[in-house]
Amino acid sequence: MENQYLIDGKQLSDKALERKHELENCPSSRTDCMTYTEGMEHIESDIMDKVLSEMKEYDYSKYTAKDVLAALQHRNCSVEDFKALLSPAAEPFLEKMAQKAKLETEKHFGNTVYIFTPLYIANYCENYCIYCGFNCYNDISRMKLDYKQIEHEMSVIAKSGMEEILILTGESRSMSSLEYIGEACKLAKKYFRMVGLEVYPVNTDEYRFLHDCGADYVTVFQETYDIHRYEQLHLLGRKRIFPYRFNAQERALKGGMRGVAFSALLGLSDFRKDALATALHAYYLQRKYPQAEVSLSCPRLRPIINNEKINPLDVHERQLSQIIFAYRIFLPFAGITVSSRESENFRNGIVKIAATKVSAGVSTGIGDHESKYSGEKQVGKKGDEQFEINDTRSFSKMYSDISSEGLQPVLNDYLYL
Amino acid sequence: MNDVLEIGGHKFNSRFILGSGKYSLNLIESAVKDAGAEIITLAVRRANTKEKENILDYIPKNVTLLPNTSGARNADEAVRIARLARELGCGDFVKIEIMRDTKYLLPDNPETVKATEILAKEGFVVMPYMYPDLNFARDLVNAGAAAIMPLASPIGSNKGLATKEFIQILIDEIDLPVIVDAGIGRPSQACEAMEMGAAAIMANTALATAGDLPLMASAFKLAIDAGRKAYLSGLGRVLTRGASSSDPLTGFLHD
Repeated sequence: MENQYLIDGKQLSDKALERKHELENCPSSRTDCMTYTEGMEHIESDIMDKVLSEMKEYDYSKYTAKDVLAALQHRNCSVEDFKALLSPAAEPFLEKMAQKAKLETEKHFGNTVYIFTPLYIANYCENYCIYCGFNCYNDISRMKLDYKQIEHEMSVIAKSGMEEILILTGESRSMSSLEYIGEACKLAKKYFRMVGLEVYPVNTDEYRFLHDCGADYVTVFQETYDIHRYEQLHLLGRKRIFPYRFNAQERALKGGMRGVAFSALLGLSDFRKDALATALHAYYLQRKYPQAEVSLSCPRLRPIINNEKINPLDVHERQLSQIIFAYRIFLPFAGITVSSRESENFRNGIVKIAATKVSAGVSTGIGDHESKYSGEKQVGKKGDEQFEINDTRSFSKMYSDISSEGLQPVLNDYLYL
Repeated sequence: MNDVLEIGGHKFNSRFILGSGKYSLNLIESAVKDAGAEIITLAVRRANTKEKENILDYIPKNVTLLPNTSGARNADEAVRIARLARELGCGDFVKIEIMRDTKYLLPDNPETVKATEILAKEGFVVMPYMYPDLNFARDLVNAGAAAIMPLASPIGSNKGLATKEFIQILIDEIDLPVIVDAGIGRPSQACEAMEMGAAAIMANTALATAGDLPLMASAFKLAIDAGRKAYLSGLGRVLTRGASSSDPLTGFLHD
């Protein structure tokens, strides 16, 4: 089975529709997704080749229960062990994997769970990624907050008690310029202790600029590491260039960022191969930059505005759990974030085993925190959401739920140096 | 018996330094009590919080704070964090932690020496976390450290005295208190380090991952006391094999 991603919005002109269909149906109308375009910095790095060749060779059907049990007994989890833990042969050993994952989590993080919230400041986008609510052909309400509005949103969020924020934009350099994002970081420093970014990939000097503005963590989702599939999903825009995106974390580290986060969007392609590649991407980069703080996210596909049917296909909660436990056993020191795409029940369970960070008080829309936080009716325009969330808990509810599970919520464990 | 631990001119009766970062804040008070601890470490970056759940609010007032510089990647960052700790009202003690590796969190000895020198001159009571290396330990003494804190094994690993032989060399050669830090997973390992002549033990994860944290805190206290007493009493020799007659080689000497 496949997701039916392609939707023709009524707002599109005949010319736009014609172009959209051409991109969708005619591969030769699309650019080469492996060739850098103008202005994209090319760094020398062998990490992409290493990750892709491991992924290519990965035949998960060859692993057996014996390999899985051996992996669970080894003192250190090798790449080969990790491959076994991600294989179908490991599915019957989920409880054993959970127990080992819990031990590793406790060794490195004790019983702490970090809480943060994302803040979308603009949803304009120049990419056509067919599964994403922000894609340039999707008929949604577009918006970009001005600085006053950004500050207002931040003050509403900060009042709730939140101390860590992740600033997001759609991927449009023309609508959300580097300077605009930098100003948002400076404003965020006034209200929050820790500022992360999830915006379009930029060059090393641009990451340095954003770091100087107050951001210290950069998240870039590769979405899928399967180049062939990537090419079919990202039809237009700078995001189409696979290697430029892949090397974003390395440029961020070279630009002085303290930490970087990685993710595949599970459900887009073969999830076992994508999970392998995601963790290896983090693993090899941390070996090359040992001071880097690395973390992994594990989002599954969600429905979007104008396409309610999008779903993560064969990545059910059991498979997602297997991936998260394998991540934890392979990279015991890495942060693992589980987003509000997942249910309250799932997140309550997973923070006790392997996840170290959860979001709360989440909106993936633009400019609607006051109405969502206070329950008052929205005044003025708002921008539509990137995807539908599942766990809608507020900051205070999340805080008390984590505490009642015997875990220690942590709002900040960071200094900007 | 008056057996005090003296660090930078400050006197302590307890030889158990407690960590605070990996367990519930509301357990800190009982952990301190059951451990009989007089010094507790805290990460300055964890105390860098606005209102709710500031770790500083949970630490009993009669305990000496030992703020650490975790998060520092070089001497300059450690110095800045130490100064911030002073501004936050954490006192003059500082535990220097400088790591350039997020996987094992092993300390960077050369940078630690640099930070120790700067902070000791500024009047801090400097307690550097270090990889047990005699040359660097001597450098730390010369830089003005008040104690040295060699690691037993990687932080959080609970693997015990993996660096035992090297810690013993530091105990034998360094005239400052040698406080074994990181990797101590069981009371028996803490006891062993104390028998060797360590001045004190620092533990965090071993308690945080215990089923009953206050009970484990008290187990560590007993083990540390036992090890200390054994050290002070002078350990008897341990035979590697067999029994021994009284003078097997020199029995022929009659005069």
